[in-house]
Amino acid sequence: MTTTYLEAIRRGIWEEMERDPDVFLLGEDIGVYGGAFKVTEGMLERFGAMRVIDTPIAEGAIIGAAIGAALMGMRPIAEMQFIDFISCGFDMLTNFAAKNRYRWGAGVPMVVRGPCGGGVRGGPFHSQNPEMYFVHTPGLKVVAPATAYDAKGLIKAAIRDDDPVIYLEHKYLYRRIKEDLPEEDYVVPIGKAAVRRAGSDLSILTYGAMLYPCLEAAETLARDHGAQAEVIDLRSLLPLDREAIVTTACKTGKVMVVHEDTRTGGIAGEIAAIVNEEAFDHLDGPVLRVTSPDTPVPYAAPLEDYFLPNTAKVAHVALTLLGY
Amino acid sequence: MTGVSTSRMRAAARVTAKPTAGRGGAAIPAGMMPGPAAPLVNPGLTRGQLLEIHRHLRLTRMLEDKLTALYRQGRITGGLYSSLGQEAISVGTAYALAPDDLLAPMIRNIGSMLVRGVTSLDFFAQYMGRYDSPTHGKDGTLHFGNVDKRSLIGPISHLGTLVPVMVGAALAARMRGEKRCALTYIGDGATSTGYFHEGLNFAAVLRLPFVLVVENNGYAYSTTNDRQFAVASIAERGPAYGVAAESVDGTDVLAVYAATRRALDRGRRGEGPTLLECRCLRMKGHAQHDDMRYVPKALLAAWAKRDPIDRFERFLIAKGHATKADLEAITRAIAPELDAAADAAGRLPMAAPEETLKGVYSEPGYERPWWPAESAGAGR
Repeated sequence: MTTTYLEAIRRGIWEEMERDPDVFLLGEDIGVYGGAFKVTEGMLERFGAMRVIDTPIAEGAIIGAAIGAALMGMRPIAEMQFIDFISCGFDMLTNFAAKNRYRWGAGVPMVVRGPCGGGVRGGPFHSQNPEMYFVHTPGLKVVAPATAYDAKGLIKAAIRDDDPVIYLEHKYLYRRIKEDLPEEDYVVPIGKAAVRRAGSDLSILTYGAMLYPCLEAAETLARDHGAQAEVIDLRSLLPLDREAIVTTACKTGKVMVVHEDTRTGGIAGEIAAIVNEEAFDHLDGPVLRVTSPDTPVPYAAPLEDYFLPNTAKVAHVALTLLGY
Repeated sequence: MTGVSTSRMRAAARVTAKPTAGRGGAAIPAGMMPGPAAPLVNPGLTRGQLLEIHRHLRLTRMLEDKLTALYRQGRITGGLYSSLGQEAISVGTAYALAPDDLLAPMIRNIGSMLVRGVTSLDFFAQYMGRYDSPTHGKDGTLHFGNVDKRSLIGPISHLGTLVPVMVGAALAARMRGEKRCALTYIGDGATSTGYFHEGLNFAAVLRLPFVLVVENNGYAYSTTNDRQFAVASIAERGPAYGVAAESVDGTDVLAVYAATRRALDRGRRGEGPTLLECRCLRMKGHAQHDDMRYVPKALLAAWAKRDPIDRFERFLIAKGHATKADLEAITRAIAPELDAAADAAGRLPMAAPEETLKGVYSEPGYERPWWPAESAGAGR
């Protein structure tokens, strides 16, 4: 059955709630309204108000209450209406949830999920990519699916995980991406990247919605320049799949990283360091990156289009790298 | 909606008054001098229970004295926070709970944890950073809990965060059909945080069986109530959230106990949360390093006469529950217990340095012993 990225998330949550009575949802407008993007549509009717909880507008309390319930052995899923608002619960995630297991041994099995990313003219507060605030926090896990298959498999893995997972769903992909999903239960393991296109001339590492311009650029390079790019979808940002990064770097000797997140402190810098540390002898050029510039996400179309990476920008940097 | 118990607010420990000049010339902020002390009233506790409360109070104070001595010897480091003058709040509230009610202490609630069965050895091992401590040396102070064995959730240093967290704990208990209440503490200063508001409001909306105890000890580090909020009593905030509120004398352990019981009863009847202000004065600095020169001497002297343990002991003797000699014997028996526990903790090993890397995430095969009293030397 052909399933959209959004429906894949919804089905994943639904199946986990059917499977495990400890799984429950809390967030703003997720019950009666079914969520701002309808990810939780129908869940109130199916699972009842005890397990699908409409909350006050208070992300700190939503995440905090999820932590308390998780400490009691429940498996809460907290929805941020837009992931931009996760900042309101920053302390709860980075200081309470992330550090609890390390401090006194009690794990906090919870998921915080919400729509991230730009391309929909949402402006500075409905388009952000906040992953790196959390990738810098030991104790958290951060995943960012790019396909419908992964969206379902990763939400299930996140719910079953014994540690707090931030699940970033790209709103641009919600209804634009669809594929046939298996009928049977499956999970996508956290911490494992996927090779989306095999190639030997350079490696393009990316995640989330940027997978698609990267794949398009790879086709352009093959068609117009005879170069075969390997495209790696990281899928998990914390933990990072170091093995996959090093393997592709050693294979092609040329690595570039593409992300929608802003440049300074983005995951590209960390990947460049890993490649330096573990694959330096195999390199045939510098690690380059295509990212958004270090600005807030602008609202108006010409500005946001300028801000976001795209196929042409990826192809341009790839050609530079191929020139080494 | 249950309203504020206004009569009790008036009967609270402190009087509202204009600022007065202290002996050292430092002005005493309005409302900080203790009001007239009401006599202690037994809310129906047996002699055995009263003496148990007394032992918890005395143990709290002597344990903190011992920790202070160890701190001065350099045997423990970091923050050491005293509950001197506030012991009745920790003990009175925790003693009112059922054993499986969920309890989240803050840094001045060592007495609550003693009531819950955490031992002196646990505390000494924790403060000394031993491997056989609740945190393996990875955190200090009272920063630990044990949900499974003690229904105890540990705090972080970011104040106010426990309010939403305990809302979630109470919510989980409700989802599982359990009749457990949740109780946590917050200082007068942390009532200014957003988490206080977010958490109390959420608890009120869900009508959860939740008790938020405000330990109003007059000072948030050096900041007085009048620089923290503009209400005369924090209990005034209760009606704004649609929750019951009371303000009690935090130096009267029986009043604290009785008010907590009322709050728990309301919660168990499905009437939602209670905001319980307990008024007192912090009789030591914010932590050991703080000489609290900013606290007027006259204010300290006035509150010293309201010492919660002295008051309770006078009550026990006056009502014939114990003699002075009985109480002195209890005190004498505690001292060698504490010395032995501190020595035992001092003999426990530190963690291997590589322990630093363990336990950030769930790891198959990595199990932590929880409590030194139960686990010291076992399985390692």
